[in-house]
Amino acid sequence: MKNSEIARLLDEPACRHNTPDKATCGKLKPGATAGGCSFDGAQITLFPISDAAHIVHGAIACAGSSWNGRGSLSSGPELHRLGLTTDLSEQEIIMGRGEKKLLFAIKTTVERWRPAAIFVYQTCIPASIGDDLESVCRAAQDSFGLPVIPVDAAGFYGTKNLGNRIAGETIMKHVVGTAEPEPVAPRPGMRIHTVNLVGEFNIAGEFWHVAPLLDELGIRVLCTLAGDTRFHEVQTMHRAEVTMLVCSKALINVARKLEEQYAIPWFEGSFYGMRDTSDALRSIARLTGDLDLQQRTEALIQREEARLSRELLPWRARLQGKRALLYTGGVKSWSVVSALQDLGMTVVATGVKKSTQQDRERIRELLGEETVLIEEGNPRLMLTLFRQQRADVFIAGGRNMFTALKARLPFLDINQEREHAYAGYAGLPELARQLDITMHSPIWERVRRPAPWATSPDVTGEQR
Amino acid sequence: MSNIIRKRKALTVRPLKTSQTVGAVLAFQGMAGAMPLLHGSQGCSAFTKVFFVRHFREPIPIQTTAMEQTSTIMGADDNLIEALATLATKSGAALIGVISTGLAAIQGCDLQRVIRRFRQEYPQFHDLPIIPVDAPDFTGSQESGYGLAVTAMVEHLLVPRCREATTSARINVLAGSSLTPGDLETLRDLLAAFDLEAAFLPDLSDALDGHLSETDFLPVTTGGTPLDFFERFHQARATLVIGRSLFPASERLQQRCPMPMLRFEHLMGLDATDRLVAELCRLVGRKAPSRVERWRRQMQDAMLDSHFHLGGKRVAIAGELELVAGFHQLFAEMGTRTVAAVVPHAPSSTEGLCLTVGDLDDLEILAVQEQAELLVGNSRLAETSERLRIPLLRAGLPIFDRMGGFRQTHIGYQGGRDLLFAMSNLLMACRPHGVASYFSGLRPIPAPFGAVNDEQRMASIARSPWSGTAGHG
Repeated sequence: MKNSEIARLLDEPACRHNTPDKATCGKLKPGATAGGCSFDGAQITLFPISDAAHIVHGAIACAGSSWNGRGSLSSGPELHRLGLTTDLSEQEIIMGRGEKKLLFAIKTTVERWRPAAIFVYQTCIPASIGDDLESVCRAAQDSFGLPVIPVDAAGFYGTKNLGNRIAGETIMKHVVGTAEPEPVAPRPGMRIHTVNLVGEFNIAGEFWHVAPLLDELGIRVLCTLAGDTRFHEVQTMHRAEVTMLVCSKALINVARKLEEQYAIPWFEGSFYGMRDTSDALRSIARLTGDLDLQQRTEALIQREEARLSRELLPWRARLQGKRALLYTGGVKSWSVVSALQDLGMTVVATGVKKSTQQDRERIRELLGEETVLIEEGNPRLMLTLFRQQRADVFIAGGRNMFTALKARLPFLDINQEREHAYAGYAGLPELARQLDITMHSPIWERVRRPAPWATSPDVTGEQR
Repeated sequence: MSNIIRKRKALTVRPLKTSQTVGAVLAFQGMAGAMPLLHGSQGCSAFTKVFFVRHFREPIPIQTTAMEQTSTIMGADDNLIEALATLATKSGAALIGVISTGLAAIQGCDLQRVIRRFRQEYPQFHDLPIIPVDAPDFTGSQESGYGLAVTAMVEHLLVPRCREATTSARINVLAGSSLTPGDLETLRDLLAAFDLEAAFLPDLSDALDGHLSETDFLPVTTGGTPLDFFERFHQARATLVIGRSLFPASERLQQRCPMPMLRFEHLMGLDATDRLVAELCRLVGRKAPSRVERWRRQMQDAMLDSHFHLGGKRVAIAGELELVAGFHQLFAEMGTRTVAAVVPHAPSSTEGLCLTVGDLDDLEILAVQEQAELLVGNSRLAETSERLRIPLLRAGLPIFDRMGGFRQTHIGYQGGRDLLFAMSNLLMACRPHGVASYFSGLRPIPAPFGAVNDEQRMASIARSPWSGTAGHG
């Protein structure tokens, strides 16, 4: 991929913060960089298309430590969990046999699994030595008769966020609009509407908390990009009436292009927390322009909120006034805030390193001016902040879990490797339950208590 | 009989191999105050970090030179210099391991030259040891990367010196990558029984043994081999080397500081442990202490008790070569048959074992073909285990779906004893519990409640030709 193409991807007209000095797309600092690369961003976006095969073209480090690492669940095929890679060796790299090996890898995949399509991911080494991914994919597509799609997102192109965009760009270019949705039986008394959910990854199956509500309202999900997704569904995204950008500003280019090319209106929303879930359902109904749907949606919201409020009563009593320090990426910095507020909790600080300008504005709207915005993900800083702000729980991704635990602080994992489903109305009690478990655990006093035989209270040196 | 089958295939499915880079990072995790710096794009370090965090459930120090488009094409020397300067200034590292990834390697990066340039530009950090390791992912595997890192440490940190004392209590231990923190603790105890004080290189048992320390956060490793290991190397009575991937490092040591070297490919099973104990007796000039005797008797008893379950059983194993060789030895001692052994990389063969260089997909196919009854391997075999309904003993890296997997002990008498019990238990738990009860329709005695569940009862009633009149004589 050319530098100019990368620059074009980073130049996102739909972002309100799209100025040359934008905060999120800055240069990386060697020796002080955390986070995944573009390949990582591309694979997490597309791997949940679970009836397609995903081949990582490169040496082993790209797929070897990361395969099948995310909790995005599928209700059917699981081709995305196979960890397919060409595993290039030194000799193959030197002799330039990568392209040929890739072609054979595709052949093996077709013969063994007959996938709906194949995505091939470029990585650093073949990108540097000039393997022509597009030509190999085109040749394979012609000879095997199934879509073979190159995803040109080598790690050194940039951040994970850029990888998400490249993945979005790829499906817009190669997949969307290549098939029509299957007809479904009409429902008496209601019009069926269609929606795309861009950025819904179905982590721990949490979208299955939301799906029944959409069903009840007669809202057909044409495609989730991507969580429990089939290739055919991605092909039909152009037929949706509404696009909801769920939890990833990174895929905003997909929403924008669907609007530009197919006149599909879009909005940004979240399924975390009661208010946000209600708002999301409302927005979908509003954008369809169907008054009847809007009425039915209001009725459903009223019913669900009443039920949820009753269910949350005991939890609120236990969580009211508790203070949370939030350190998550991008859009979750505000979507989770509202969920915590629904539980009566106070968010004393939130991370904004990966948040866009718009995300920041929303945080300010939700939290007012007092809340600390954490710009840099330095563990030392976060611990200091935790104590200064007298926080009760640290909420972050799994990678930071052990920073909190080693400091003997209650912790909740909110990232992609987590095991609990927090989305939708049904997810909120689960979130409350998990928060309660960690905050009110009897272990904290015990892990902080010095040994009974420690003579002076200020002994800090390790005993060896 | 020993041979190696190298599968020639274009597509790797369910990879077993991680990478040399991962192995080199692991070695530095066992060094005190260390910071491994991966020279490559940021994903290389992010993936490696997540990999180890999930396995050890500990914070893992690691940094990246964050190569991007321009530096990949125009040269990334400045990235490396900048990263070193940042780490030297801010992280408080006592040691930096610079590990090249595949990307830096194909770019042709000369780590040594760039580090020399760093020395010139930042003379204020001349005391800070910086160890370059070329460990690209397109060759070798985790085990060889670990070996390369240890060799590089020896190369850069050990000053040639004559051996000092012959009656010192100190013993150097070069600990291979198949040893877990639990293994190192067991070994430390065994050496302590001979009044020998073990100095490990590297020492994961001091860094990633899963302990809660006083300090809440450190950007570098929280424990491990201190740098004075290299200064005190010559003070030891002998050096114990475990793992073939460390033999090159041990030769380097031998050249620079000759002393008795006890080399072991692994320490699994009774034979290898016996040999070690015998060597130790010779070294200290007395017979084994009574508690070592006791451990040995316990293992022997465990062998007796468990051979009913393990004898003749067919096992399929996947892992790095040293671990596979160790398990194979333990199985051989128990009359258990290793019917499939898959390794990511085989620099050498193992006596009496046919090795397949391949992935977990190869293991799955072999396990079916060879009718394996027990699987041994990392957590990524869990799905294979479910699919084939064959129990899995978790071993190797990563183990992320079991608590304490990273501590599991395999070596010595105690490790062997516990391992035999664990494997027997797995086999016992999955064995069908006898013949399903049959309830005759001609025998109107109701089965006691709780003896069988309703489903089984209905099934057995349906099987009876008199099912329509069951219970009425």
